[in-house]
Amino acid sequence: MSLEACALVLSGGFIGGIARFFLSGLIGRRVGETFPWGTFVVNVTGALLIGAVAGLAQSSDGFFSGALFRDFLMVGLLGGYTTVSSFALQSLNLALGGQQRQALFNIAASAVLGVIAVGVGFAVVAWMLEPGR
Amino acid sequence: MRGRLRKLETWRLYLAVGCGAAIGALLRFLSGFFIIAGLDQSALWATAFVNIVGSFIIMFFAAITGPDGRWMVGPVGRQFVMGGICGGFTTFSAMSLDAFMLMLRGDLLQAALYLAGVIFFSLAAAWVGYAFAIQINR
Repeated sequence: MSLEACALVLSGGFIGGIARFFLSGLIGRRVGETFPWGTFVVNVTGALLIGAVAGLAQSSDGFFSGALFRDFLMVGLLGGYTTVSSFALQSLNLALGGQQRQALFNIAASAVLGVIAVGVGFAVVAWMLEPGR
Repeated sequence: MRGRLRKLETWRLYLAVGCGAAIGALLRFLSGFFIIAGLDQSALWATAFVNIVGSFIIMFFAAITGPDGRWMVGPVGRQFVMGGICGGFTTFSAMSLDAFMLMLRGDLLQAALYLAGVIFFSLAAAWVGYAFAIQINR
């Protein structure tokens, strides 16, 4: 762990957090705040992107598999972009407000689609970087 | 004039979330370093730790600074802690990637248990944070 790594995580987190606030706010204003679609979309798209970045890190060497790339993009930017705390808060608020089915849907759909999104991002990049293509 | 004020407020919110998320991400990075290198635990525990702790803090803070809360905090301060620090500290992407990597290795059961476990304990921690704050607000 170096100062350089800390700076990369800080700047990635700054950008990721602002991107999350912007997108979740935009979606919330468009479709309403009764269901937390904003956080949902942020988390699933973040999972898709981290899958692609992991695929890139695994399939290629040099810069893309290096610590700088990982610290900035995976730990900082995508870590700061996605959130479990808002997801937990919103799921709990749905349940406390008597909307248990929506809460359960949010939890199950986020979890399942999150893993599927990682797989899709990972597979697409691995396929594109396949030797001989 | 009112439009300009609202614009300024929006900028302050964005800056609060960005700075909070930067701090949260750094705290996540440092706690991961401590858990993995210091305590010699797997990265899976590091991701579980930040998500569970961050979920506790966000719900505690939301309830204690809410309309019936003990502590008066304005919208910028609330977003700094909730959308910023807690949002940057917790991570959905790393959790999903961890679960996917376990699946890729063929550990399907472990992947399912890990994902369900982290989500369950994050929700439980959020509920405990809420219950705590309600006690203090009383």
